[in-house]
Amino acid sequence: MTLNGEPVEFLAEPRQTLLECLRDTLHLTGTKEGCGDGNCGSCCVTLDGNLVTSCLVLGVEAQGRSVTTIEGIARGNDLHPLQKAFIEHAALQCGICTPGFIVAAKALLDAEPAADEERIRLWLANNLCRCTGYDKIVRAVQAAAKEMR
Amino acid sequence: MLQMKPFEYIAASSVDDAVRALGSRADARVLAGGTDLIVQLKSGRREAELVVDVKRIPELTAIAMDADGLRLGAAAACIHIAANRDVRTHYPALAEVAALIGGTAIQGRASIGGNLCNAAPSADAVPLLIALSARARVAGPDGRREIAVEDFCIAPGKNALAPGEFLVDVFIPKPASGTRAKYLRFIPRNEMDIAVAGVGVAATVVDGKITMARLALASVAPTPLFVREVGGALEGQAPSAALIEQAAALAQAAARPISDMRAPADYRRHICGVLSRRALSAVLG
Repeated sequence: MTLNGEPVEFLAEPRQTLLECLRDTLHLTGTKEGCGDGNCGSCCVTLDGNLVTSCLVLGVEAQGRSVTTIEGIARGNDLHPLQKAFIEHAALQCGICTPGFIVAAKALLDAEPAADEERIRLWLANNLCRCTGYDKIVRAVQAAAKEMR
Repeated sequence: MLQMKPFEYIAASSVDDAVRALGSRADARVLAGGTDLIVQLKSGRREAELVVDVKRIPELTAIAMDADGLRLGAAAACIHIAANRDVRTHYPALAEVAALIGGTAIQGRASIGGNLCNAAPSADAVPLLIALSARARVAGPDGRREIAVEDFCIAPGKNALAPGEFLVDVFIPKPASGTRAKYLRFIPRNEMDIAVAGVGVAATVVDGKITMARLALASVAPTPLFVREVGGALEGQAPSAALIEQAAALAQAAARPISDMRAPADYRRHICGVLSRRALSAVLG
């Protein structure tokens, strides 16, 4: 498959999720496991451009597909506007949900640069944060959206 | 980490290929979006010797409109259904329902075909498919056949597919001019929840007379429930508030809900009446 723009090859058992393959086989541990059943969004990646929870994708399904993880969001040392905005707006505390939020928010802003607060909140309803109360996250996404426009 | 028991995996390349694979093991499961199957395999609620991925079969992910109607590939992801121009133009209620099932990342994988095959009483897409006279087109060892969507779900989590059969696509006839459709549900949260009750309706009005009306309910019976008598009460009549009230009362009377953690039965029955009135008003108003 193509991972963050680079071709990679790996072996997977059919029962291994894409999340397990990313973390345990490819050692990209930015993508986090929360619930493991698609509710919390902390394992969000994009698969051929679609936002998915990687805990509900089999690794073998990704053969020949393109996957982008949190590690593919920054350009070298240049953080993505969303990453800068999350730091600037203190939109994280423990940080476990943050990669999922950033990958999910990027998928939204790539498709809908003009997304308003309501749209952002609805889109991010698939991502759970137990620390921040969401307001700072939403403000950070709004600030990044403005920056990117 | 929840780990699945070992299974074999095949990515089928054609409908025939999938039929052969499904026939090769007693315990083979079809994988479309995986948002139900993978959860079930992790929890141990279902087991599989073989998982047959159908997303590499072009027919299974196609969303194709022609003069007769819409063919919705069984594995087409909700996000693509909701964004499809033909769906938005000819079946706006279907685009709405595709954007209602689960959250964004679930919609990136989950399909309306899977929503139907999973046969949950609360499936949001199914009452609307019934209202739109959709037909499930299946393939199996004995060839292909069609099943009306109202006959597809037979018990909670059980569908009408015979051993070795799988859903290829859902065909939705092109609605006659003057047709409108709507799905309404009640959930206690703003999004991402399971319907306490849901109502799908479609109706055609020509020259001030109702020529077709179909209504089906979610979450108030062991399966999505087609309320045939609503059509009988409405067809041939001119829409009016009194008529809508009468049809909503029929829908409410047909509901046979249970009490569970989501709501007591009486409340569900009441909600059926309210949602039916609102949905019928939306399509007949």
